[in-house]
Amino acid sequence: MKTIGYIIQKEFKQIFRNKAMLPIIFVLPIIQLIILSSAATFEVKNIAFSFVDHDRTSFSRELINKFEASTFFNVITEFPSEKIASSAMLKGEVDVILEIPQYFERDLLKNRKTNLLVIINAIDGAAAGVENVYINQIVRSFNINAQTDLMQASDKKNIPKNIISIPSFWYNKTLNYKTFMVPGILVILVTMITLFLSGMNIVREKEIGTLEQMNVTPIKKHQFIIGKLFPFWVLGMVLLTVGLIIARVLFNVPMVGSLALMYLYTSVYILVILGMGLFISNFTDTQQQAMFIAWFFVVIFILMSGLFTPIESMPEWAQFLTEFNPVKYYVEVMRMVMLKGSSFIDILPQFLKTSIYAIIMNGLAVWSYKKTN
Amino acid sequence: MEIINVIKAKNLTKKFGDFTAVDAITFEVKKGEIFGFLGANGAGKTTAMKMLIGISIPTSGEASVAGFDVYKNPDDIKKNIGYMSQKFALYDDLTVKENITFYGGIYGLSRERIKEKRCQLVEELGLQNVVNELVSSLPLGWKQKLAFSVALLHEPKIIFLDEPTGGVDPITRRQFWEMIYKAANGGTTVFVTTHYMDEAEYCDRVSIMVDGKIEALDTPKNLKEQFKAETMNDVFLILARG
Repeated sequence: MKTIGYIIQKEFKQIFRNKAMLPIIFVLPIIQLIILSSAATFEVKNIAFSFVDHDRTSFSRELINKFEASTFFNVITEFPSEKIASSAMLKGEVDVILEIPQYFERDLLKNRKTNLLVIINAIDGAAAGVENVYINQIVRSFNINAQTDLMQASDKKNIPKNIISIPSFWYNKTLNYKTFMVPGILVILVTMITLFLSGMNIVREKEIGTLEQMNVTPIKKHQFIIGKLFPFWVLGMVLLTVGLIIARVLFNVPMVGSLALMYLYTSVYILVILGMGLFISNFTDTQQQAMFIAWFFVVIFILMSGLFTPIESMPEWAQFLTEFNPVKYYVEVMRMVMLKGSSFIDILPQFLKTSIYAIIMNGLAVWSYKKTN
Repeated sequence: MEIINVIKAKNLTKKFGDFTAVDAITFEVKKGEIFGFLGANGAGKTTAMKMLIGISIPTSGEASVAGFDVYKNPDDIKKNIGYMSQKFALYDDLTVKENITFYGGIYGLSRERIKEKRCQLVEELGLQNVVNELVSSLPLGWKQKLAFSVALLHEPKIIFLDEPTGGVDPITRRQFWEMIYKAANGGTTVFVTTHYMDEAEYCDRVSIMVDGKIEALDTPKNLKEQFKAETMNDVFLILARG
């Protein structure tokens, strides 16, 4: 224990003494957070569409047929009540709920006017906006058909059709794109900084020859590794804190869920990344090599995390690959907790997968770190 | 029981693929001896030393250091030895004081003991004015002397020095060897590799490695007689040129 303390003390001194690195660790991520949080747009496909039909008339069925026929909406599910539908949305099973009110057909025939309720999961603000447009288009075309039908059904003419769809964006009411991006960018920053720093740190000792000196001391493997990685774990947590403050102050991103849960998950997540960094440094001889390999993984992890491109739109094999992407889980958890206020039970699948990942990665790292060749 | 031969190697061999870096070397080093391990660049000195200090597993052969087997108890060996490599092994971005504290700490010395050792070491090396300076700001000679002292912090039974005086001036080399003598007089066994043949003269016994094999092993005096040479330099040239 004391030995680990000495190593940690030394690492912190070295980190804070490196006048070039310190601003890189803390200033660059902030700049990135600010710039990246205002970027990119989406094409939305495979929208998980569901509906609650309180009317059950030919009109309501016709409207649903329109959605069924659309190429953008698939997985059409019907829910018996809006309560069940909204719990499905909370679980992330559906993106859109269309609620057709009772007397939809009657009102339409009698009053020439009725309302539809559309609920859109707007955690992904950009996607929700696009989904809203699609829904409006379908409703509008239904309107025109309905009008024709009505004209045939009644002799009154020139009465304007009046179906209005009122969208209600859940979890991101104002469709603020930044609300959606900031948690994701924060994930990237925590990941990159901790991976690069841990990956390069041990290689650096290899380069300057002090690692050999360490290997000649009676330090135990686990002491060395814990002592080496703990400072970066702390650094990752500090970065998260700085990022969350910026998200709140600068972008006004809400923190609906529990901060404690966020930190709990992040603490395990950083272990995955540190294990990976150490694993990389065990197989490389120079900081340059370590950097390249770290980049390789970071790029794949980020692009396949669902942050910039929705995972639902990826080909199936790629979707399968994302199962092995720790960044994907972190993005999900970050958004769920920050925007939806998800509880521990909600993020349990991600938490378990990340924990297993952490155990495997660190196991590999310890196994591949050899004091003796 | 007192161990008389603190280093024992028998047919110690290290192969890298087809290349035999160390070819069945056999030798013993006595307690308190200054043992010079000579050889040209690439003769296999460093590889042999790495096997003895437990960071390289031998391909075949036997060896024990401080009474511990290199295969079975490398960690026990590590507790009993000090090592100073040809690569400078202190942390450049830590101060003199911090380096001493760190190395003392990882060898399990108590805080009081570290402090006591530090004061003693700083005084002996005359580093009072630079104790809070970064090691990177010190001249090479000072760094080497400091690295040697740090390697002796935990009072190891044997100290391994891999070309410790590479690149330092003659005065510093002289001082360095005074430190080596002092350590040896204190009962520490010194195992040193070097290129400088004048340094070989200071050793109690020397071995000369050529292409992975030990070609000669004796006191400098006997070696000079054996090869009818004036200096160790001549002995070395005769052997190395084959």
